[in-house]
Amino acid sequence: MEKKTVTIDPVTRIEGHGKITLQLDEKGHVTRARFHVTDFRGFEKLCEQRPFWEMPDITSRICGICPVSHMLASAKAGDAILGVHIPPTAHKLRRLIHWAQLVQSHALSFFHLSAPDLLLGMESDPQERNILGLVSRYPEVAKDGIRLRQVGQEIIRVLGGKSVHPSWAVPGGVRAPLEPGKLESLQALIPQAIDITERTLELYREKIEGFSGEIEHYGDFSSLYMGLVSPGGELEHYDGVLRVMDGGGKILEKGAPPENYRDIFSEGVESWSFLKFPYYKPLGPQEGLYRVGPLARLNVCDRAGTPRADRVLEEFRRWQKNGRPVSGSFHMHEARLIEILFCLEKISETLSDAHITGTHVRSHAGVNARAGVGVIEAPRGTLFHDYHVDDEGLVQEVNLVVASGHNNLAMNRTILQIARAFGNGSEITEGFLNRMEHGIRIYDPCLSCSTHVVGRHASRVELLGPSGGLLRSFEIL
Amino acid sequence: MTVKVAEEWLNACAGCEISVVDMGERLLDVLKLVRFVHIPVLMDHKHLGQLGNGHHIELPEADVGILTGGIKNEEHLEVALEMRKKCKTIVAMGTCATHGGIPALSNTYHNQEILDRYYSTETTDPVSSYPGEGIPALLDRCYALDEKIRVDVYLPGCAPHPDLVFAALAALATGTELKLPDKSVCNECPTFRQGKGQLSQMRRFLQAPFYKAPDEPLDQMRCLLEQGLLCMGPVTRGGCGGNKITPRCIAARVPCRGCHGPVQQDGNQLLDMLNALASNGIDIQSLPEYTSLSRFSGAHGILSPKGK
Repeated sequence: MEKKTVTIDPVTRIEGHGKITLQLDEKGHVTRARFHVTDFRGFEKLCEQRPFWEMPDITSRICGICPVSHMLASAKAGDAILGVHIPPTAHKLRRLIHWAQLVQSHALSFFHLSAPDLLLGMESDPQERNILGLVSRYPEVAKDGIRLRQVGQEIIRVLGGKSVHPSWAVPGGVRAPLEPGKLESLQALIPQAIDITERTLELYREKIEGFSGEIEHYGDFSSLYMGLVSPGGELEHYDGVLRVMDGGGKILEKGAPPENYRDIFSEGVESWSFLKFPYYKPLGPQEGLYRVGPLARLNVCDRAGTPRADRVLEEFRRWQKNGRPVSGSFHMHEARLIEILFCLEKISETLSDAHITGTHVRSHAGVNARAGVGVIEAPRGTLFHDYHVDDEGLVQEVNLVVASGHNNLAMNRTILQIARAFGNGSEITEGFLNRMEHGIRIYDPCLSCSTHVVGRHASRVELLGPSGGLLRSFEIL
Repeated sequence: MTVKVAEEWLNACAGCEISVVDMGERLLDVLKLVRFVHIPVLMDHKHLGQLGNGHHIELPEADVGILTGGIKNEEHLEVALEMRKKCKTIVAMGTCATHGGIPALSNTYHNQEILDRYYSTETTDPVSSYPGEGIPALLDRCYALDEKIRVDVYLPGCAPHPDLVFAALAALATGTELKLPDKSVCNECPTFRQGKGQLSQMRRFLQAPFYKAPDEPLDQMRCLLEQGLLCMGPVTRGGCGGNKITPRCIAARVPCRGCHGPVQQDGNQLLDMLNALASNGIDIQSLPEYTSLSRFSGAHGILSPKGK
């Protein structure tokens, strides 16, 4: 057998463009596994010269799955530029729409993208291994997933006018208050959604009894964890302080103000991918590998802070080994379901707030600070928007550090671990390749959110027509 | 008979795919009429073969090919050409595909400037050269689909309303004619107007529109453009509200941002909007900048670096 490279292109059932390359030695063992991201849109540049009050609307187009997170992080950076505290009702409404987005995004990841592997099998028939296969084999589960997503999207639509890319949060608050007449119909969505989530958690626990190999090898390693927590140490998605914890559970950053992010991490660059590789700065690129997202958030918080979520979080911590934080990335699936439950409880609680339909939802000011940082826990992890503006409010400089990028080192480590555990050295099967992809799916990366490109370890020959148009291209591996 | 559909995303954000999923339970009805043979967000069909040993991008044959996103690198181009070759009908879905969308704002800069910025942010480690190992080269700018391949159906929107997606899929599946709204957003807007000439300056978005109460019906709210808020309704194609008709942003009391692209496929939102403002006696110098007027439609050579 010769040395060769296998390319999984594209990695499917994830958001955006990515591919995996595996390098095999003469014996057919995987010697290197790399995850490459293949888009480059350059929002850091194209946002320059735009007014900062247009930024929530422009940056929401970074991602169609978590547009609400970008909209809110951007609006928060705008709040800082205005130098205002937003009205309490606006604050609650922003939280409300963000929890709704976590519900829909996590439901998409769990049901539409990952459940086919979990219910039909990692190595099952690829023709059927998708949401459509789920519709025919597990119609009730598929219906639950579709329904749960809709609950999240419906709340976003009612608040923001549309479910994808709403133009709603603005520097200083939100554009429109919640109509009192809409309250009841929103509240009515919650009990069924809670039921769905709780029975899915049960189903999941049953199913993964047969997944001990996956649990052990799909990204189980010691690392750091980063996420926001409330000042009281509770699970937090909108505000709060940054906490960094090491693999032993020791807290390295207790409550850093998020605007100090530059001191906390740095982004490395590799020759084979345009996507950067963030690491915890004080420990350097080797020791400083950290994870963000649902698993990290459940690790760094002391407790969730709502009754149902606290109960299941307690159960989740059964995965801790010797009291250390939960280290297996496979458990992100369960962590997502727990977060959905938490968000639903919070939504319900917030809809019952006497001031939620208040009409003072916007603070007014001009440019009072020339820079502002907005931080939020997007579904996939901590998201930073950092703007510098001129006196007119035109953006001069933008730095975006997105959730999926933080997990870049961890994703690459995960696929190598899977390749080593499940590769048998004799033959590459489709099912084996799907395991590698599932290793990416557990992180639910949003590659539109990142930036970047492909490293294809191949030479490319192109055949151009007389007008210079591409007729055909070949790759020589 | 079922209709075979292939779907791909190019220089896009996945919002259009979310709009497909947002059809919710109606998606199940659609699936009785259409069969997806390729859709990377939901299905495991690979470009280079299921075992990753193919040598060039290959898509299955299909009756309908849906493409979202514009074209910004060689790989996008290759996928678009392959899709055109394998599909009878090509649908450009979403404003990135029809007019470049927000990513085409990058057309105001050269690639070098964009890369220089991305690799020099405060948190990025210093680099001596940019990654270049086997990376599909960026094209000189971001193109709308019809600048590179023939397009049969235009389905604009950022993202297109799930009702429009449903209508389009149903029409394509049953072979009936698809009739999309072809008038401006104003044509569907319920707010009332009082007439021209009372306004000379545009207000900044840091100010809110005037209306009495959150549940005040929209037809009792004055036209947002007349209120001095930059509403792109007059120069933007309607249909964003789906079956409910009312434009979605207006329903949230937000001025139209222009996301459906120009009213005519070959229109120019920037010029048309400046004209509309000037002919109403508004001092266009009161706008902080103009480029944003083309932010959804910067392909087709409308935005370029030299205008900077």
